Order: sequence, then C-alpha cells, then structure tokens
Amino acid sequence: MKFDKKDILDIESLSVEEIQLILDTAETLKEISSRPIKKVPTLRGKTVVNFFYEPSTRTRTSFEIAAKRLSADTISVSASTSSMVKGETLIDTMKNLQAMNPDVIVIRHSAAGTPHMLARLVEASVINAGDGMHAHPTQALLDMMTVREKKGRLAGLRVAIIGDVAHSRVARSNIVGFMKMGANVVLAAPPTMLPPGIEVLGAPVTYDIDEAIEGASVIMVLRIQKERQEGFLFSSEREYARYYGLTMKRLDRAKNDVMIMHPGPINRGVEIAPEIADGPCSLILEQAANGVALRMALLYLLLGRR
Amino acid sequence: MSKYLIKGGRVVDPETGIDGVMEILIEDGKIAAIASAKSKTENRKSKIIDASGKIVTPGLIDMHVHLREPGHEYKETIETGCLAAAHGGFTAICCMANTVPVNDNQSVTTYILDKAKTAGTVRVYPVAAISRGLRGESLAEYGELKAAGAVAVSDDGNPVMNAHLMRRAMEYAKGFGLLVISHCEDRNLSASGVMNEGIVSARLGLAGIPAAAESIMVARDIVLSELTGAPLHIAHVSTECSVRLIRDAKERGLPVTAETAPHYFSLTEEAVMGYDTNAKVYPPLRTARDREAVCKGLADGTIDVIATDHAPHSSIEKDVEFDQAASGMIGLETSIPLSLKLVERGVLSLRELVVRMSASPARILNLDAVGLRPGNPADLTIIDLEKEFTVDSNQFCSKSRNTPFDGWKLKGKAVLTMVGGKIVFDAM
Repeated sequence: MKFDKKDILDIESLSVEEIQLILDTAETLKEISSRPIKKVPTLRGKTVVNFFYEPSTRTRTSFEIAAKRLSADTISVSASTSSMVKGETLIDTMKNLQAMNPDVIVIRHSAAGTPHMLARLVEASVINAGDGMHAHPTQALLDMMTVREKKGRLAGLRVAIIGDVAHSRVARSNIVGFMKMGANVVLAAPPTMLPPGIEVLGAPVTYDIDEAIEGASVIMVLRIQKERQEGFLFSSEREYARYYGLTMKRLDRAKNDVMIMHPGPINRGVEIAPEIADGPCSLILEQAANGVALRMALLYLLLGRR
Repeated sequence: MSKYLIKGGRVVDPETGIDGVMEILIEDGKIAAIASAKSKTENRKSKIIDASGKIVTPGLIDMHVHLREPGHEYKETIETGCLAAAHGGFTAICCMANTVPVNDNQSVTTYILDKAKTAGTVRVYPVAAISRGLRGESLAEYGELKAAGAVAVSDDGNPVMNAHLMRRAMEYAKGFGLLVISHCEDRNLSASGVMNEGIVSARLGLAGIPAAAESIMVARDIVLSELTGAPLHIAHVSTECSVRLIRDAKERGLPVTAETAPHYFSLTEEAVMGYDTNAKVYPPLRTARDREAVCKGLADGTIDVIATDHAPHSSIEKDVEFDQAASGMIGLETSIPLSLKLVERGVLSLRELVVRMSASPARILNLDAVGLRPGNPADLTIIDLEKEFTVDSNQFCSKSRNTPFDGWKLKGKAVLTMVGGKIVFDAM
C-alpha cells in the first residue's frame, strides 16, 4: 500500500488501512531502538523541526529521538525561545521556517486547529503533536499500537476511557481511532467533564465508572488537570479519587488480563492509584517506548512519499 | 439640487401600503410626489431614473454597524463604512460605541457626526455607550449624548454583567427617551468559549459557548424591562430560547424589540469546520434548529429587524490561531441578497422584508419621516431582484475582508441608493 498523506493532523483523516500500515511500520521499526547502535541512515539529509508552544517532555523527546534514530537533523523550538516573544505572528514564524526548507514540522499548540492552518501554509509535512483540546493523533496511534501488540487485535475489545474527556485531546483522538478499528469504546466521567455533543463521536457515555470498567480489556485513564478546579469541574481531588479514580478494588470488575493506560503525566492517588500505575497491568512505560517507534514510522512514511 | 423622476419601478412601501409600479418625483431632496404612472408626474426638468424591472423601497436602515473610527481606522473608517453601506443599499446606519476612545461622551459623538457629514453619503446615527468606557461600572452621560445626536445606548461587544447597573441604565435612558440596546451574553457562562457549544465544538475541540449564555441575559433584560417599563432592544438574536423568550415578552405587551443578523439565518456552526476564523463571531453561529427558530421569529414578527452587526477586522486579527482570532464579520455588502433568500424560501414576503430592514428600525429608533410620503426626505433604495453575482470581498468598499460568504453565488443587489435626494451609489 502506498502512503500518500502530506500531513498527520488528526485520526479522522486517516483510513483504517492507513492506520494499519502505520502500526505495522512502527512494529517493524521498533527493533532499531534495542540495537547497540540505535541509528539507521534512512532519513539522512532530512530536517525535522519540533515546534512546541506548550510544555511537553514525553512527546517532544519522543519525536526528537525518533527523528535522530532515523538520522534526520532535528531542531527544537519552544514558544519561550522563539521570536513569538517579540510579537511575531505564528504565520510569519511559519513562513520563515518554511523558507529554510524543512521536511517535517512537528507542532504542538494550545489553540485547536493550528496544525491545520499551518498545513495549508507550508510545503513541509505537518505532524500534529497535540492541538488544544482537539487532537493528539500520534498518542492515539501509539496507544493503538500498544494494545494491538499485547492483544493481537483491536476489533471487539472493550475500551473504557475514564476522566476529563472534555479537555482531553488524547481522549478525542482515541475515541475516534479505537472505534475506527472496531473496538467498543465507552466513556465514563462526571457530567462536568463530558462535553455536550460528545455523543456525536458514537461512544456510549456513563457517569458510573464501575459500569464502564465492567468487562473492559483496556482502561484508559485521563489526567485530571488540577488547574481545572477553577472551572468548577469537580469539588476536590479527594472526592474525585473516591468516585472516579481507578483503584485496585474497582479493577476486579475488569477482565483478568486488563491493560491500564495513561497518556501521562499522571497524578498518583487522584485519577489512578499508585499500585495500579506501577503494577503488572500498567502499560504506561510501554506506551512511552512505543511512542518512539510510532513516530519513527510516521516520519518514515511521510518522507518516503517524496 | 437635482430633480429626479424614478419611473417604471415596482414601489414596495409597507408604510403607505403601496406595492405597484409608481412614479416618484424628487425635488429639493424630498419626495415631491408619488403616483401611478398614468397620472403624469412628468416634469421636464427632472432627470429620469428608469427603474423598470426593479423594486424601489424606502431607504434601508442597518441599526447595528461597527465603523471602527475613531481608533481602528485600519479596519474601517466612517467614510469607508458609509460607502460600504451605500453600496449595500442602506441609506442610514447606527454605529456602535466600542471605538477607541469609546463613544461615551459628547465629544466622540460629535466627532462621528462631523466625519459622517464630511463623508456625505449615508446617514449615521451614533449609538453611545451604556457605561463609561464600556466597563460596566458607571453610567455614561445620556442627556449630553442625546443632545449631541446619539439615538440609543449600548455596550455592544460587552454585556452589562451587573444587573443593578442595567436596571439603572434602563431607567435613566427612559428619562431621556433613549433606547437601550442589549448585547446579551453571560460572560461567566461564555467564559473562554470561541464557538457554539455542541457537536461541532465537541469534534473540533474548541471551547464552547452554550446557547444559555445568550438566553439567560435575554431573560434577565426582559425582566428588567418589565421592572423599569423602559424600551429594550435585543441585539443579534441567535438562539431558539431567546426567540421564545422575546415572543413571550411581546405577547405580554412589554416594550421589547429584537434584531438578528443575516449570518444567523444563513449559516450554522458547521461553518466553523476547518477552523475558518471568518466564521468566528459573537454570539456564535448556532445549530440548524436555532437557525430555523430565528427564521420563524422573523416570520411571525418576534424579531423586528434584520441588522448586520457589520464588524470589520483586518488580516492582523483574523489570520491567526482560531482561539486568538477576533470575532465578528462584515455584512453591509451582503445583507440584501442574503435577506432576499428568506423571500425566496417563503419565510418572509417582500413587503415584510422591507419592514424588517426599513420601517421597523426607523420606528424602534424613533426616527421621523418613515416611508415614501410626499414631504419626507428622499431616502430610497432601488434593488434588482434578478441580478446574480458571486461574492468577491476584494470588490468591497469596506476596508476589511472578513466575510464567510466569499465565493457564494447570490441573487439580488442594490443598484441605486439615494439619501436626501442625492445619489450616493449608482450601478443602474
């Protein structure tokens, strides 16, 4: 199959076949990271710009390592070190970057839709590394990769996504992605964390976390953004942990071989009990490891089209 | 001053009840006579305007326009805004107070009127601020503002969040015979929202503004109108619930009037897909259901007026991230064809459309000389209902290009605009 996408902006715009190809490619490339010399010359002479307007450790490092393992040259720019602090508009910054002829621009931005605007503007491939509350396609792809690797399939699995769906780009991309691949996704959160209209994505919704966990093969826990308390989304971390946090006791309702995922960073003892995060069902670190392989696959596929 | 004889056009004037081919004689800037073609109003010295196949209406009034001057002349000036109005078929416009400085004192009102006079095209009726600096903390000087020429007060762009201040504003304005125009938005509810809250915002991951943010304030202000007995005009109605509340207020005989804008009956929240910043507007574009409710409200008279909320912004404010983009769209030069679609769809008759765009705003603003009567100033619009065209914002007289209707194929256009017997736009 030929991969002819210019950009990776969201999961909606990827077909089932394209997702499969991305996951297959990632699985093949994963092995490179366990070699003694973790580098192949595939993307020698290519330039990848990482443009991060929001704080990030995991995603930015992951992209950087992915590009370097493929021998691409990488440059990281963050909002505080960019000319944005001098008042330059994003479009002007991007046009100047484009003039330097990079091959891929990876962008994270707090405003939804910014990667889409950028993609219309530049010739380079654009990868969305998270835009506002909208999408985080590379996270969803690496989550699908991780589940597929462990379970051998995605279709038919019950996937419970728990927590602040309203403010989560990870949730949006995962709902769309897992459903596209045939999984049964269910959402559980207090009503304040479920955005009106979310039913359009097709996943059933419950306010009862136990109901969502029942029979689940995968539980995806979302981060409680502590700063959100100002928006009256919940009363206290204590109460949140009690009614919506994932505890050992609650886990009994899930399947025996349940997998626990979390896009990170985690709040221990709030949305997830520490013994679960560190326990045998947790795939949190596996997610981080697969993130590198998945992003290598995307860079490879995008640049392979040229 | 030139004498004109407008011949052959179908005159549609709900005020006088005329709907038929008539001749209109214009002398000294006024309507000298209006009569059926047979009665020979012919006057040898007058210039003939052949309006055959077109309609002639009383001058259209857009009671909700942002002219941006003083302060943001790079977006629009009084001159360019008035020219855009003339080209759009309007003979008069109301300009909102959110300029820099704010129109909250008579020197700004006077400045606007002087500039409008120099521009010499359409009539400009300034709307002054409800509160000093639009800050919602203290009342502006309504008596002096009215004396300087303001016709109404509004903090448009900002809601008056303090119900006590709003109450006093309505009482105080009543004493001076000034209309209060309310921008209904509960800022606590709209919070950081940038589009309508619903299935599209859920998909796009954009912060939503619930319809309730508007409707709650509509309800509050209706209750305050009842408390104070003061006339209240509700700007840019966009929700089904607001329409219902206003309908109920009118049924109970309260002095409440309302307007909506062409974008609320032409578009839905779907226009935001693709993160088009030209579709970012407050109140936001709503659902198909809201749009239908707005149409019903227009049809049954719940919504009295079509006004554009013409809000010019330059590429500096619009070619940015969606969250950061300024809200608002221009409307003066697309209002007639978009509104005529309501006639085509059977929502309004042509006569009713003219009421919504001319007689109703005139009455709500207490303007005298409504309709095409002998002795009234010759303010009129000639419209070619059959003229088809493609919207091209590069051809606009407005300084700004922020319209989501670019490239739309529309039908019906003003071809001549006359203000006080002077032709201010002529494409005949």
